[in-house]
Amino acid sequence: MRYHCAKSFSEAAEIAAGAPGITRFLAGGTDVLVQLRSGLVTPDDLIDLKQIPGVHDISRTPEGGWRIGVAVSGAELGEHAGVKADWPGVVEGMGLVGSTQVQGRATLAGNLCNGSPAADSVPGLVAAEARVTVIGPNGAREVPVEEIPTGPGKTSLGPGELIAAITLPARGAAGGDAYQRFIPRTEMDIAVVGCAVNLTLTGETIAAARVALGAVAPTVILVPEAAAAIVGTALDDAALEALAAAARAAASPISDKRGTAEFRTHVAGVLARRVAQAAYARAKGDTK
Amino acid sequence: MSKIHVSATVNGDPVEFLADPRETLLDCLRDHLDLTGSKEGCGTGDCGACSVLLDGRLVCSCLVLGVEAEGKRVETIEGMAEPGGELHPLQRKFIEHAALQCGFCTPGILVASKALLARNPDPTEEEVRYWLAGNLCRCTGYDKIVRAVMDAAADLRGAA
Repeated sequence: MRYHCAKSFSEAAEIAAGAPGITRFLAGGTDVLVQLRSGLVTPDDLIDLKQIPGVHDISRTPEGGWRIGVAVSGAELGEHAGVKADWPGVVEGMGLVGSTQVQGRATLAGNLCNGSPAADSVPGLVAAEARVTVIGPNGAREVPVEEIPTGPGKTSLGPGELIAAITLPARGAAGGDAYQRFIPRTEMDIAVVGCAVNLTLTGETIAAARVALGAVAPTVILVPEAAAAIVGTALDDAALEALAAAARAAASPISDKRGTAEFRTHVAGVLARRVAQAAYARAKGDTK
Repeated sequence: MSKIHVSATVNGDPVEFLADPRETLLDCLRDHLDLTGSKEGCGTGDCGACSVLLDGRLVCSCLVLGVEAEGKRVETIEGMAEPGGELHPLQRKFIEHAALQCGFCTPGILVASKALLARNPDPTEEEVRYWLAGNLCRCTGYDKIVRAVMDAAADLRGAA
C-alpha cells in the first residue's frame, strides 16, 4: 500500500486517476481503516486528504449557506454554533454516527461515500438539499447529495473523482429540519429506519418540504410524495396521516437482523410523522 | 514495503518512529514506542480500549494510521499519572470504587473520562454514560465505572 499526502484536490484526483489498482481516499478513516484491517479492501494507493488547505474549515457561502470541508469531523460539526442553529437536523444526524471516539474522526463526506443506505448523516443532507463539489480528472462539478450513493457500498463517483466539499443552502426565514432514527438500544447502533424532514413555513402553513428516508431502500431516498402530503397544510392530523401513508408507500426495505420489511415500513410512517412535528416546531421557533 | 519516518509528540515528549503505512497508531505506540498501555480490543473502533487523544481530540488509535500522527500531539494512558508516580484523581477513584476487574478496558476508559471532564467538569450520569458508550467493559456492568467518574469529577471540582 502506497500512502500519499495530497496537497490539493487536483493532485489527489491525478494520483487516483493514474493509479492502476485499488484506490481509497482517507479523511476520517473510520470506514477505510476498518475495511483495511479486516482485509475486505486493501488499497494499493491510499490518498490522505487532510493536508489539503481548507478541508478542516466550515465557512459561510456568499448565498448565506455553509461550506463544510471534507475533513471536518462529527465532533467539530457538533461544536459549530452557526451550522447547528441553521441546520440542527443535519448536525443531529451526524452526531448519531458511532461513539465519541468515532465522532472525533468520522466525516460527512465519508459517511456519504461509504454508501450505506442506513448512513445517519445522509437523510438530513438530502432533506436540506445539500450539494457536493466533485473534483476529478475532468475538472469540478456540483452534484445534489442524493445522486452520490447508488446502492449499498456504491457511489456515482467515477475513477479519480472525489468530493471536495459539502454545501448547505441558506437556511432562510421560518425554516426547520430534524432527523431521527429507530434503533433497539439508545446509542452505538445502525439505523433500522431513519427519517429527515426539512420545512419552510409561511405563517403556520408549510410552504415547502423535503422528506428523506434511510434504511428502507438500497440508498437513502427523497420522497416527494411525502413532502406533497404536507405542503399547504399546518401539519394537522389529516396531513400527518397522509405523510405517514406516503412514507410507508415509498419504503421498499429488506428484512434482516435489524428488522423485518413489514416493521421497517411501519416505522417509516411513524418516524415521518414524529420528525415532521419536530421540524415544524423548529421552523416555528418553538424549539431549537 | 518502504517505511515512512514519523515525528510526533507523545505525552509531551518528542518521538520518532518508522511506520509501515498500513500500521495503525495503536500498532506504532505499542510496537515501536513500547507504550503498551493502550490496548487492542476489537481493532475496528467499537470497543474504545485503544482510546488516545490526537491533538486534544478523543479517538480510537486503531482507526488512525501511524503515518497520520506526523506533527501531531498524542496523549496516552502513560501520560496520565504524575511523573513521580502520583495517580490522577480518576485513577484513584477507579481503585477506590473497584471500577475495574480484568483491567483491559481501563486505560481507554480513563483516557476517555479525562477527555470528558476536561470539557465538562460537572457531567450528569446520563452524560457520562453517553460519552463512554464507545468504551466496552465486559466485567463491571459499568455502574462502578460511572460512579468512579462522577466521584472523580466532584473531587476535581473541589480541588479547583
